[in-house]
Amino acid sequence: MKTAKTAWKHIRRSPYQALAAILIMMLTFLVISVFSMIVVSSSQIISYFEASPNVTAFFKEGTPQSSIDALSSSLKSTGKVSSIKFVSKQEAFKRYSSWNKNNPALLDLVNADVLPASLEISTYKIEDLDSIAKILKNSSDVSDVVFLKDVVTTLISWTDAMRKIGLALVVVLSVVSIFVMATIIGFKISQKREEIEIMRLLSATNWYIRWPFLLEGMFYGFIGAILGWLLTFGVTLYMRPYLLSFVREIPLVTLSPFFLLILLGIELLLALMLGALASFLAVLRYLK
Amino acid sequence: MIRLLEVTKTYGTGASALSDVTLSIDKGEFVFLVGPSGSGKTTLLRLLIRDMTPTRGTITLNNVDIVSLPPGKIPQLRKQIGVVFQDLKMLMDRTIFENILLPLEMAGMDHLQAEQKVHTILKQVGIEEHAEKFPIQLSGGELQRAAIARALVFSPDILLADEPTGNLDNTTSWEIIKLLQDINKLGTTIIMATHNLDVVNSLDKRIVELEKGKLINDTKKAKEHKKGAEKGAEEEKAKETKNKDENS
Repeated sequence: MKTAKTAWKHIRRSPYQALAAILIMMLTFLVISVFSMIVVSSSQIISYFEASPNVTAFFKEGTPQSSIDALSSSLKSTGKVSSIKFVSKQEAFKRYSSWNKNNPALLDLVNADVLPASLEISTYKIEDLDSIAKILKNSSDVSDVVFLKDVVTTLISWTDAMRKIGLALVVVLSVVSIFVMATIIGFKISQKREEIEIMRLLSATNWYIRWPFLLEGMFYGFIGAILGWLLTFGVTLYMRPYLLSFVREIPLVTLSPFFLLILLGIELLLALMLGALASFLAVLRYLK
Repeated sequence: MIRLLEVTKTYGTGASALSDVTLSIDKGEFVFLVGPSGSGKTTLLRLLIRDMTPTRGTITLNNVDIVSLPPGKIPQLRKQIGVVFQDLKMLMDRTIFENILLPLEMAGMDHLQAEQKVHTILKQVGIEEHAEKFPIQLSGGELQRAAIARALVFSPDILLADEPTGNLDNTTSWEIIKLLQDINKLGTTIIMATHNLDVVNSLDKRIVELEKGKLINDTKKAKEHKKGAEKGAEEEKAKETKNKDENS
């Protein structure tokens, strides 16, 4: 308790240094939060696309059901298809209506006759999509083939790049924040050199002197992480309606409060470790 | 209690602060450590609290070698020895009460118990009314008393006082000496480094004199030597008288 009080006194007596330490930690954890959310969300979107029908074949107007069934059977016989789903005109209209239920103008313009029937085909492996798409394109009944492989591949490369950039940024910012905090705490130790010397002469143990500085670093980390997370939380809360309408039926875990709380927990743990490490470096350097 | 055997301290610059000092101080003694500036008085006191280690020689406190004491045990040693530093070393941003409370806090003493102890000590040194003042608000004599109070807070066996009357007027100096004498009467060993020859000469206490790092005079040894010489002379005289009687 006394150690915490001393640490708090150190913080209170140099508010600008404390603010600098907290801000650098906040920036680090803002970046950690944002990139965590981007990486988790994009991974989820990729998984969703990989698991959902990857090729959609739209049929020409008036294609008989027997031709559709024949095409479906020939696709199944390849052994590459994990599922095939027939979407009738009525079902397509139902989907369209649910997606646009808040936009009556769009609903007025479209009816079931306008929308084509389609087959939604999933493959076991993403690399089999090419051969399935080729079969569909060769069919005279198919008017259009929507092929999601390119989308997924692009998304994977984007996510991969984001992950690498994010990781690099987090590492660089963590190192910078450790050094900035170590410098700030080291500066404070230097300022208190005389006081520390007196304490030593009055029988203070090394840890009695070190603990308040370690707690101080952990405090900066803790507050910085909370602020960084709160900023991300605020932005997520503000953007939630737009994001939900953008991703439609993909259930993004990053938008749930549970995920955000887990993220906060992990960040706080990391922040305490970063703070303690920075302080420990300062203590080792300046309190020999 | 305190034994220094052939202690030499040479600084990195090559300057010799102490040279072959052998000294023994018993429990309950009041010792004046005298000598001009640079004679090694402060170095000797710093060696006793392991603020530095000697270049050569051994120092024992209650038969414990403090030169080879592991760093982790130094705080324990410093609890046994109270020190009134020459520059007082008070923390200027803390009140007198907080300054005196600090060593007890560092030792992890229960807060209420520690506060009671500080009140008792403040009363003992006569500055209870200044408890909530900051060091800058106190006079020289009051500050010395505060420094003595802090040094006494662990009820140490030994009290080292480095020039405690250095910047004080004559009356205040005598008040401080009186206080130290009272503490000594309670059984605490006192080693006081001083330049104040008036005080030293007025009191019948042991005087250890240093010059250029060498121990040049120890009144205890001189007294013992004198006593020994007187005893020897008396024995010689008795022998002669006996021989004379036998011859006649």
